[in-house]
Amino acid sequence: MNTQSNVLSESLESQAIPPVISPSQRVYWSMRRELWENRSIYIAPLSAVALVLFGFLISVLGLPHKMRSLPALDPEHQRRAILAPYEFAAGMIMVTTLIVGVFYALDALYGERRDRSILFWKSLPVSDLTTVLTKASIPILILPLLTVALIVATQFIMLVLSTVILMGAGLSAATLWSQVSFFQMSLLLFYHLGTVHILWHAPIYCWFLLVSGWARRATFLWAVLPPLAICFVEKIAFNTSHFASLLVRRMTGGPEAMPLPGRLPMDPGMHLTPGNFLVSPGLWLGLIVAAGLLAAAVRLRRYRGPI
Amino acid sequence: MACIEARGLRKTFGATVALDGANLRIEEGRILGLIGPNGAGKTTALNAILGLTPFQGELKVLGRDPWTERDRLMSDVCFIADVAVMPRWIRVSQAVEYVAGVHPRFDRAKAESFLARTTIRHTSKVRELSKGMVAQLHLALVMAIDARLLVLDEPTLGLDILYRKQFYDSLLNDYYDRSRTIIVTTHQVEEIQNVLTDLMFIDRGRIVLSCTMDELESRFVELMVHPEHVAAARALKPMQERQVLGRNILLFDRVDREQLAALGDVRTPSIADLFVAVMSPAGQAKGAAQ
Repeated sequence: MNTQSNVLSESLESQAIPPVISPSQRVYWSMRRELWENRSIYIAPLSAVALVLFGFLISVLGLPHKMRSLPALDPEHQRRAILAPYEFAAGMIMVTTLIVGVFYALDALYGERRDRSILFWKSLPVSDLTTVLTKASIPILILPLLTVALIVATQFIMLVLSTVILMGAGLSAATLWSQVSFFQMSLLLFYHLGTVHILWHAPIYCWFLLVSGWARRATFLWAVLPPLAICFVEKIAFNTSHFASLLVRRMTGGPEAMPLPGRLPMDPGMHLTPGNFLVSPGLWLGLIVAAGLLAAAVRLRRYRGPI
Repeated sequence: MACIEARGLRKTFGATVALDGANLRIEEGRILGLIGPNGAGKTTALNAILGLTPFQGELKVLGRDPWTERDRLMSDVCFIADVAVMPRWIRVSQAVEYVAGVHPRFDRAKAESFLARTTIRHTSKVRELSKGMVAQLHLALVMAIDARLLVLDEPTLGLDILYRKQFYDSLLNDYYDRSRTIIVTTHQVEEIQNVLTDLMFIDRGRIVLSCTMDELESRFVELMVHPEHVAAARALKPMQERQVLGRNILLFDRVDREQLAALGDVRTPSIADLFVAVMSPAGQAKGAAQ
C-alpha cells in the first residue's frame, strides 16, 4: 500500500510539473545547430576580414607618401583616394557573405535529406516551421548583421592603423578623419545592408531555400536555370526582356534602394531615401513573394524524407 | 488506453500499394515486434505512425494525428530509424546539448551515464565513430528521453552480434518499465523472440497475424512427427509442413497439444518458423479464412 501510494505521488509529481521548452529556446538551439554544421557562416567572412587587413597593412606603409601628394588633387579626387580602401574592404566582405549566403541557402534543406539526418531532426519535437524559419534567417538576417559588424570593425581598425602610421611619420591625421566620417559611413552601411541585403534580397534566398527543399540533386542548377529559361523564352517569343531586368533589379538592389547609380552605397555623398524605399511596390511585392516561398518550403519539408 | 489505433490505414506510391487498409491496435506497455518481408509495408506503417508520411484512413498515436501534430507528438515519441541517421558532422557533446535544448523530457545526466559506459568520447564527431558506437550514441540519447512510445526500425542493421545483444539488453534493463510501449521491426527475429510481449506479421500492406507471445505459445504447436504417424498428423490440417534431416515437421494452429504429443515431439515454434508458415501461400489462405 505504502509503495503504491509512493508510486502514485511520484507519478502525480512528474505530471504536475510538465517540463516546458519555450519556442524561443527551440529557435536558439536550432540556430546553434546551424552554426555548428555550417561553420563557413563565420569562418569565411572572418577570413575575408583577415585578408583585407593583411593587404591594408602592406599598403598603409605607403600612406604618408600618399597623404603628402594629396594637396595636388582636387577635393573630389582627394576624397576618392582616401576612401577607396575602405570601400574596397566593405565590398570584399559583402561579396564573401553574399556567396556564403547563397550556398548556405542552396544546401539548407538539401543536405539534411542527402545524409538522411532529416530523420534524426524530425524525431525531435521541433516543428518544420521553426526549422525552416531558422534556416531562412541565416542568410536573410544573421549574415547581413554579421557583415555590418565585421565591416564596421574592419574599417575602424583600418582607421586606427592609418592614424598610427601618419602620426609615426609626423603627419596630422586630421585630413584623414575629416574625409572618413566614420559614423556616417557606418550608418550608410547599416542602411544599405538593411534595405538591400535583408529586405530586397529576401525573396532570392527564399527561392533558393525552396529549391533546396525540393530538388533531388543539383540544387544550384534548379535554382538558376529555370529563371534563365523564362528570360530566354520571353526574349524569343516577344523580343522583350522584362523578366531579365526584373531579376537584375532584384539582384543589384534596384533604383529604389540605390538612389544614386554609380555610387557605392557607403559613399558619404549619398542621401538616404528611406521614404522612397518603403513606398516602392517592388519591396512589398518581393516580401509577399518571399513569404509565399517560405510557406511552400515549410509545407515541403513536412512531406520530404531522405533522398 | 491504446497507444496506437489505426483503421483502414492506406498508403500508395503510384501504382504500388504499401498499406492496404491495415487495422491495428497496440496497447500501452507492450513490446511489439512488427515482422514482415521486404516491401511488406513495415517502414511505411512506422512512417505513418511517426508523422513522416501522409496516409489515408484513421490513425491516432497517443490520441494525436501524427501527420498534423508531428512536432507535439515527438515530445512523447522517440524513434531510431536506422543506424545511419545521426548527422555525421555533429560532435557527441553537441548532440547531447542539442537534444537537451529542444526536448522537454530529456534527462541529460542519464544520457551522460549511458555514454560513460561506452568508449565514446565527447569530443568525437559522429563520422569518426564506428557503426556500433553511433548506434550506442543514438540509443543513449533516446533512452534518456522519458517517452511513452519508442519506435525502432531495424535499429541493429549492420551491427555485429555483440552490439546487437548489448542493444536489446540495455533496452530491456535500463529502459523498459511496463508503462512504455516499444515497437521493433527487424529481420533478425530470433534475437528479439525473448524480448517481445506481442507479435504482428505484416504482408502486402495488411496485418496477417497479431497476437501476444502468450497466445503464440498456447495457439501454435510445432510437431516433429514420428514417421508412422505422418498421415494421422496431416489429417489434423497443419498450417505448413517441412522436412528437416529426413523428419517431417508440421506446424499447427489451435490444435490440442495433448493430441499432438501422442504423434511425436511437440514444442512452441520459433517466430522465424511461424513467420515462414504464415507467409507461405497455404498459411495465408488459412489466415484470410480466420
